[in-house]
Amino acid sequence: MRFSLPLSILCSALAVAACEKKVAGPDHDQSGGVQGDPAPGNDPPPPAPGADDTILIGEVGSLTGSEASFGISTRNGIELAVNEANLAGGVKGKKLAVRVYDDQGKPEEAANAVTRLISQDKVKVILGEVASSNSLAMAPKAQAAQVPMITPSSTNPKVTEVGDYIFRVCFIDPFQGFVMAKFARENLKLNNVAILKDNKSDYSLGLSEVFNAKFAEMGGKIVSTEAYSKGDTDFRAQLTTIKGSKPEAIYVPGYYTDVGLIARQARELGIKAPLLGGDGWESEKLFELGGSALDGSYFSNHYSADDPNPKVQKFIADYEKAYGARPDSLAALGYDAAKVAIDAMQKATDLSGPAIKEVLAKTTGFEGVAGKITLDAQRNPVKPAIVLQIADGKFKYLTTVNP
Amino acid sequence: MSKDALKGPLPVILALPVLALLQVTLQDHDFLIYLTSLVGVNVILAVSLNIVNGMTGQFSIGHAGFMAVGAYSGGKLSLEMKDYALSFLPHVVSDQISFMLAILVGGAAAALCGFIVGLPSLRLKGDYLAIVTLGFGEIIRVIVQNTEAFGRALGLSGIPQSSSLAMILFWVFLTLLVAKRIADSSHGRSLWAIREDEIAAEAMGVNTTGYKVRAFVISAFFAGVAGVLFAHFVPIINPGSFTFVKSMEVVVMIVAGGLGSTTGSVVAAVFLTLLPEGLRSAFSRLDDPSLAQKVDQIRMPIYGLLLVAIMLLRPQGIFGTHEIWDRWKKKPKGAT
Amino acid sequence: MADFIQHLINGLAAGTIYALVALGYTMVYGVLKLINFAHGDVMMVGVYIAYATAKQLGRGAQSSLLGVMLIFLVAMGGCALIGFLIERFAYRPLREKPRLTALITAIGISFALSYGFQLDIGFLPGAAPRAFPEIIRPTEWLVIGDRDVVLWNWQVISVLIAVGLMVSLQYLVFKTRFGRAMRAVSYDHRTAALMGIPVDRIIALTFMLGSALAAGAGILYAIKDTAVQPLMGLYVGLKAFVAAVIGGIGHVPGAVVGGLLLGLVEEFVVGYTASTWRDAVAFGFLIIVLLVRPEGLFGRITAEKV
Repeated sequence: MRFSLPLSILCSALAVAACEKKVAGPDHDQSGGVQGDPAPGNDPPPPAPGADDTILIGEVGSLTGSEASFGISTRNGIELAVNEANLAGGVKGKKLAVRVYDDQGKPEEAANAVTRLISQDKVKVILGEVASSNSLAMAPKAQAAQVPMITPSSTNPKVTEVGDYIFRVCFIDPFQGFVMAKFARENLKLNNVAILKDNKSDYSLGLSEVFNAKFAEMGGKIVSTEAYSKGDTDFRAQLTTIKGSKPEAIYVPGYYTDVGLIARQARELGIKAPLLGGDGWESEKLFELGGSALDGSYFSNHYSADDPNPKVQKFIADYEKAYGARPDSLAALGYDAAKVAIDAMQKATDLSGPAIKEVLAKTTGFEGVAGKITLDAQRNPVKPAIVLQIADGKFKYLTTVNP
Repeated sequence: MSKDALKGPLPVILALPVLALLQVTLQDHDFLIYLTSLVGVNVILAVSLNIVNGMTGQFSIGHAGFMAVGAYSGGKLSLEMKDYALSFLPHVVSDQISFMLAILVGGAAAALCGFIVGLPSLRLKGDYLAIVTLGFGEIIRVIVQNTEAFGRALGLSGIPQSSSLAMILFWVFLTLLVAKRIADSSHGRSLWAIREDEIAAEAMGVNTTGYKVRAFVISAFFAGVAGVLFAHFVPIINPGSFTFVKSMEVVVMIVAGGLGSTTGSVVAAVFLTLLPEGLRSAFSRLDDPSLAQKVDQIRMPIYGLLLVAIMLLRPQGIFGTHEIWDRWKKKPKGAT
Repeated sequence: MADFIQHLINGLAAGTIYALVALGYTMVYGVLKLINFAHGDVMMVGVYIAYATAKQLGRGAQSSLLGVMLIFLVAMGGCALIGFLIERFAYRPLREKPRLTALITAIGISFALSYGFQLDIGFLPGAAPRAFPEIIRPTEWLVIGDRDVVLWNWQVISVLIAVGLMVSLQYLVFKTRFGRAMRAVSYDHRTAALMGIPVDRIIALTFMLGSALAAGAGILYAIKDTAVQPLMGLYVGLKAFVAAVIGGIGHVPGAVVGGLLLGLVEEFVVGYTASTWRDAVAFGFLIIVLLVRPEGLFGRITAEKV
């Protein structure tokens, strides 16, 4: 300790001096990591395709960890789209291949994976991630390297704000919050609604914030707001308080793992009000966890398996054949993202990042299984959301809400 | 002789050109740089935790909490200073100065928390202290999740990515130097005494309280620095990156390397960071992603079993309290 | 007022379960001076055993009295066996080593169990939560007003089971030969060995007893929350540990009071103030108790033996 104080002062002083000295040298500041702001990096676009006869598409997803089921659905959807394209002759005479890296649901691993895809594998397009925080970890890297990135299902508005190489094929949080607020106010004619949000998830916070604002704007009243953390199993304390405020419905924009238990415990405490939610509800597991407690509840979603559109029905049939399960929204969005990417590569003059980006930005009226995709100036699709009702252990299509 | 060589600013000055050279040669390999940065941060974490857990014999399992404090305070500062630059300097230089400032502020904030957490250790022993550090980590997470300014659950994004390989390696080097100097000093010997027998140490006149708290503060400072560095090369920081699991990873590193061995911690940190990456490349070459997936999945339970196995078979870890070079240094030491 | 009573019921129901788990911590700490970090995870394994047994029994049998007893017995027996194995192979070899080694081992086991059960390889269940079968058909025993306050049969049953277990434990510790041996080992295991007490066997039995208690508590917990998931042990275990420390670790009635107190505090903090701070409450409470009264509410200050 005798010398540790002078030592540390000395070291910091040296450090400051040292760093000035180093950065005054060659212009390598960008090399350590790419710039976070939209300013394009100095790196040249990835080299032109070699003699290789496959085109690599990169994908980052959480295949392990608590969000593994989301990542796996998305991967299946992407795989299906790529296999279809290969059967139809590939792109520009070349076969497509997908390289998937697992990020375990962690942003630092997502950034690692995307760096690897760009600098080692030299992929042409990047697809991913589901969670917005992971997409936000990837986006600056893709932007700086000028590799177009399409996120299938990150709904946070911030993701595409990173730069002009970042696209998405799903609607954003504010829209989904708005959809439920509008539905609750106009279709269900509700006046008093309570909110129970998941404090551990940005998705849930985003939705509840917008719902809160929009519902109040439309003349409704939020009677109480309570919170839980993803993974909790006892919600009685929050529900008892909510019950005291006598709401006509409870907005629970969480994931199905929690929603099932919340519904059960709400019924048990004598709350008869229906629950309202978002796309995080969609899973067959919801019924196992919630039982009949969810009957009469509503949630907004990207697509419905009831959609008579032959394109959708074909997708469902193909998916069931390949993976033995009904596709969920994440699979549908993964499929759409891959389709949009393949279509853009098909139309682009060459396979460089900027060329593909140009085509992607002009996407209009693209027929996806989860609705028509037309990208706006912020590279977000403008497309309707649907509202599903839960009855007898099934999701039933109820209505479509347009933006 | 080796001790004298390590005194003063000499080693730092000697290291700088090496780092500069590394920086220049590697600047086009983004992936390599990213991976090295990750390894560097883990090395800093392991070596700093080793000061508390290894040298002092206290048991902290909330190291990720200190890292989070550093990452968030440093990251927030950088975010605020993003649009300001020192007008008389070129932008790159000014950016690096604010980066260094952020590192020091983040480290200081973490050190302050280290002081606060270290205080109960005056009254608490072993197991209790472990729980308090764990609780501290959880409380930090809850605070971040409830604070709008820290981006809540989504986290902070848009922090300038001003980290560079040279900067990270420089701090790795500094951490190692400090650890080495502590181990060789009278301060270090007092820590060893506390580790071996706290009551006896006290009886011999060692101010155990002071030394324990100081060990906590130093350790937390470097964990904070690691956090700030992390925040400047990962484009987003969020509470999910600083959980109990992260703390456990660091604990596994130091236990495997040998509690009390700085070089052991380094070797284990490097190995355990690169291993999953290596396995992933190996399996993706095989074109069977499901296999790579399984490997990632079983990593956590294996870590748990590894801890048990090491404790049963070789409780001192791979290197024990020795440093790597002790083996071939033995003879000259005996000669002097 | 109705709110308050409902919160009180919820808090007590949660508190009894914390108390039961805390008893296991306290007993093991008493004889081994080791915080068995893996205790919560042993509980989680017990719940999965109960889950599998209930599934085997099928819908009808699982809610009959005999079926419920069988489920409890199998889970508690299974956990006792696991407790025995952990003690025999992980803790006993380290008993004469520094306490830190045993602590690291305990953390390792906890980690291996809670993450091992998240795999979906072989018999392991995978990370997704599962609905726990309704082995006690929920019926309302007391409804006040327009369902303003609801009291369920399982809430009463779990309190009764918990109280029964606690009373028998108290009897076991203070009125039986085994209990006397346990207390002797806890006081000084070397001297106890000299007095002819089979220390190894007593410690193993204590461990098995604690693990069986954990399984019982776990089942009550799963009935309350209607779900099982691999990480449940980690959090319940930590909170029960906090409860044990609040009551004074090593003190049987202390653990019970600590558990009830923690259950109520959590419930009221969430119910009446900010629900977003729930996770911090238990740890904040713990740190305050440790700083102000480290021996817990009922514990005695013991001078350190040199």
